[in-house]
Amino acid sequence: MVTRGFTGRQSGSEPSDRIPPGQHLVDNFPVLTAGPTPRIEPVDWTFTLKVGPRPVKAWNWSEFNALPRTKMTRDIHCVTSWSKLNTAWEGVAVDDILADAGLSAPTPFALAHCYDGYSTNVPLADLATGKAMVALKYEGQPLPRDHGGPARLLVPHLYFWKSAKWVNGLQFTERDEAGFWELRGYHMYGDPWNEQRYTND
Amino acid sequence: MTEAIAATARWQSCAIVEIATRTPAIKSFFLRLSETFDYTAGQHVDVRLTAPNGYVAMRSYSIASAPSDSKVIELAIERLPDGEVSPFFHDVARVGDTIELRGPLGGHFLWPGPSNKPVLLIGAGSGVVPLMAMIRYRKASGEPVPVALSLSSQTWGDVLFRDELLELESSLPDFALALALTREPATRRTDFSRRIDAGMVADVAARLPGSPGCAFVCGSNAFVDIAVDAALALGLEAGAIKTERYGA
Repeated sequence: MVTRGFTGRQSGSEPSDRIPPGQHLVDNFPVLTAGPTPRIEPVDWTFTLKVGPRPVKAWNWSEFNALPRTKMTRDIHCVTSWSKLNTAWEGVAVDDILADAGLSAPTPFALAHCYDGYSTNVPLADLATGKAMVALKYEGQPLPRDHGGPARLLVPHLYFWKSAKWVNGLQFTERDEAGFWELRGYHMYGDPWNEQRYTND
Repeated sequence: MTEAIAATARWQSCAIVEIATRTPAIKSFFLRLSETFDYTAGQHVDVRLTAPNGYVAMRSYSIASAPSDSKVIELAIERLPDGEVSPFFHDVARVGDTIELRGPLGGHFLWPGPSNKPVLLIGAGSGVVPLMAMIRYRKASGEPVPVALSLSSQTWGDVLFRDELLELESSLPDFALALALTREPATRRTDFSRRIDAGMVADVAARLPGSPGCAFVCGSNAFVDIAVDAALALGLEAGAIKTERYGA
């Protein structure tokens, strides 16, 4: 349905093949968080890999930082409708985390868990084969606390609520188990190119 | 909640039935739903505008009206000078136009439901919108929940819903109101003439008859961070503090 009198801000110069439907570009980096911003010092930080309820391996900050590093520059898309192009990240690929734990494909699904109690579900296929990382740096600098520092999950091809801030573990699950927003009406998968914003989209 | 959202989050066409200027930068748009939905104070809708060439712009707006039997909901929209959607609403939209929206959305920033524990609301500018829905619901429902609102605005003329809030302050039992003006002095003894800080939040919380059971904070990211730290200092658990931060 055409909205009377609306033309929008279509510059024509925007690379529309990189902006999913319903999204608009921003230059800043908005912060959206459902509660208080946790304070986690690197010295207190740990990351735990679980299969089901069973912890397989845990890393402290220095151990985790000693894992192989990966850099990624990607476009990101928030379900609240902003997109940001060419964001540069550095961290540890999920593949390398799994390899260090001696695992390859534990189960088809995973839940990311976080210091603030947040969680989100992502299939293994969207975490492995170079698709996702635990990011430690943004634009060459340690990840700011507002953006999930010291570490956040980065799954750039899905809506950004999947890129959980203040991440402290990955739990592999047999079933696709809903996380925080997925329990509150948001889509289980969250593909921006198919506008999978809410449950039945 | 999940099922309720899934069942009702279909796009629908709504007619603008009234436009009210609230402040120099904020207008309220009253929209008549073609399909009513049940919502909880604090929830939002997504609004979708479509250009003749098919280009679509979408934004989320909190619902300002309290849940009721009415088919009309109120959105209070601030005109952002660099915005794409809000200038359309302010400068182009008129009564009788049709707008597409879907809702209710958001399953976290929600009025807590039956409880007698005091609720602390902290907002800045148009961040009062979802908090206003809660206050209006509190009044309409008669739930005996003490509520305190700390609302920061630049000037007296920028205070969104000012006259209604002042009226509620005198008529609604257990409702405390503190305005904070950041660009001109406040004249009321109970208001503040400064930006938010921990002392202000503690002062407003102390106007409640007991310790707050939860807090809702809505505003810019910087504002929310200060308010949240202040609420944590009052002894609130992190999980009892819910926030909405302005995005882009």
